[in-house]
Amino acid sequence: MAAGIPGSERTRLATAGARAATVDSLKHQPRGDVWKGNVFFAILLFGLTIALVGLAAIIIQAAVKGAPAFGWNLLTNGPSTLNPDEAGFRPALVGTLYLILGVIFLVVPLGIGAALYLEEYADGTRWWNRMIELNVQNLAGVPSIIYGILGLAFIVRGPLDLGFILVAGSLTLALLVLPTVILASREAIRAVPPSIREGSLALGATQWQTIRRQVLPAAIPGVVTGVILAISRAIGETAPLLLVGAATFVTFNPTFIGDNGYSALPVLIFNYAARPQDEFRVLASAGVILMLIVLLTMNSFAVWLRNRYEQQW
Amino acid sequence: MIGAFGQRGPARPVPSLEAPSPRYGEKLIRAILAMCALLSVVTTTAIVVSLLIPTIEFFGKVGIGDFLFGTNWAPTFQPAAFGVLPIVVGTFSTALWGMLFAVPIGLASAIWLSEYASPRQRKVIKPVLEVLAGIPTVAIGIFGLVFLSPMIEDVLPFMVNVPPFSAGVAGLAIGLMIVPIIASISDDSMRAVPAGLREAAYGLGATRMKVATRVVFPAAISGIVASLVLAGSRAVGETMVVLLVAGASPNLTFDPGSSVLTMTAFIGQTATGDISTGSITYDTIFAVGTLLFVITLILNMFAIRMVRKYREVYE
Repeated sequence: MAAGIPGSERTRLATAGARAATVDSLKHQPRGDVWKGNVFFAILLFGLTIALVGLAAIIIQAAVKGAPAFGWNLLTNGPSTLNPDEAGFRPALVGTLYLILGVIFLVVPLGIGAALYLEEYADGTRWWNRMIELNVQNLAGVPSIIYGILGLAFIVRGPLDLGFILVAGSLTLALLVLPTVILASREAIRAVPPSIREGSLALGATQWQTIRRQVLPAAIPGVVTGVILAISRAIGETAPLLLVGAATFVTFNPTFIGDNGYSALPVLIFNYAARPQDEFRVLASAGVILMLIVLLTMNSFAVWLRNRYEQQW
Repeated sequence: MIGAFGQRGPARPVPSLEAPSPRYGEKLIRAILAMCALLSVVTTTAIVVSLLIPTIEFFGKVGIGDFLFGTNWAPTFQPAAFGVLPIVVGTFSTALWGMLFAVPIGLASAIWLSEYASPRQRKVIKPVLEVLAGIPTVAIGIFGLVFLSPMIEDVLPFMVNVPPFSAGVAGLAIGLMIVPIIASISDDSMRAVPAGLREAAYGLGATRMKVATRVVFPAAISGIVASLVLAGSRAVGETMVVLLVAGASPNLTFDPGSSVLTMTAFIGQTATGDISTGSITYDTIFAVGTLLFVITLILNMFAIRMVRKYREVYE
């Protein structure tokens, strides 16, 4: 029995002893408890299994369905409504690449800057700082399609009036993942113990010198992990791009500010999938595999990075 | 010690602890970082403003009562009708079926992870569940469309009245998407329950199941509720799955077999076309967006408050 109890060796022994005494004074353990416990454990395992099977099914199903269309065609050919056999994702892939470059360029400085301010400078007892904090948490939960509306009304039209160009899509996605980057960076910065800062300040370094030379280098692995996870989210985001003009059938490679339209990988996948013919669904599934390969690689790298550089202070 | 005091020279200047210069650079950096943080407030303001202006215009043309309590949704028809209830019910229907699937599975996974798994099992299973959280929703939507929907149509035909579209199947796919949110946050909050509570219960002869269900679960309830509310908010705001699987018919029903239009699907479907600014259709998108924003904001605020509660108690 003692083996099943969590905790350190000593608490485990103590707990097991107390338990034995109690059970002994009660003469016997209620018989129902044992089989109830087993049934409960079986139910838990069953639930977990369904979650894992669901995950496996999504990946396997996409791989099986998309296999016939999977090949270099996907990378080299443009989309086609007539010829699903030869259609590919090239302009959409280039579009996604540019979109993500824009997102990185925007969220890395802004996200880390905001996180540094909130963790290192902001006085948490002031109402405005608390408001910013609450605000960031709330923004992280706003549905992505609302960001699409913001992009449409504020960036594509309205005050910024950029038109349906790639940069507008980048800006929209950047605003969407910014809260995630801020929250992850804050976690990483908070994990640097105060003694490091105090030591640096006591030696005469200014606050910014302390941040630059001590806090940031120590927090970088956590920050990078957060940034990668946010970017992999941006790669798969479809809904906001539908609203800010990621047109589907762009047969040429896009540019950042050209107004001939641009496309993105998930948007093209969505469009293929929404067509009733099976050939297009095969193509969409092949696109999903392509996207999942990129995302799973990035996510595994992030997890590896987190484990590799996790610092014990 | 005393000698040391005695030897102190009479006119030695005490070094000042004041900074030798005003350090304008430091102040500038602080200001720049503060601007970065303020951007989030600007974003929120921009969201609210860009939603509100067209919404106010919309309510100049359509009565608030007709919008909120009308039961006929046909904004692009002649004559147009703007009763939002069918798409609100459609949204809650898919979210409800998703939660019915995800809550037991997510909680079972969380209890297993926090109370039964060995550290090694945990180290493998938790990241795997997080991978599920990282799968783009468009991929989950395609899974629902080409796999779940035909399969369920074969087994339970009443679940898919208009193949391949069904609120129930869309719910199932959404459920798959939100399982990791429930599992991950609930697991975190159950692990934050101090070990002493568990040890005391074991010491009194409780079984593992009793410890999990009668001690840890109630002690972590605020975090668990927060995870459920956050998952619900995510389910309500999900767009791609419902665009692909739920269909596009504004039916006022919770029937899982029926095809429904959700708020997000309406926005996603209508805003993709080239619609002219200022038209009633354009304004309708924003009115629906405002409603969606308000619903998810209320859910999120509630969840944030609950998370804060368990952090205050145990950390």
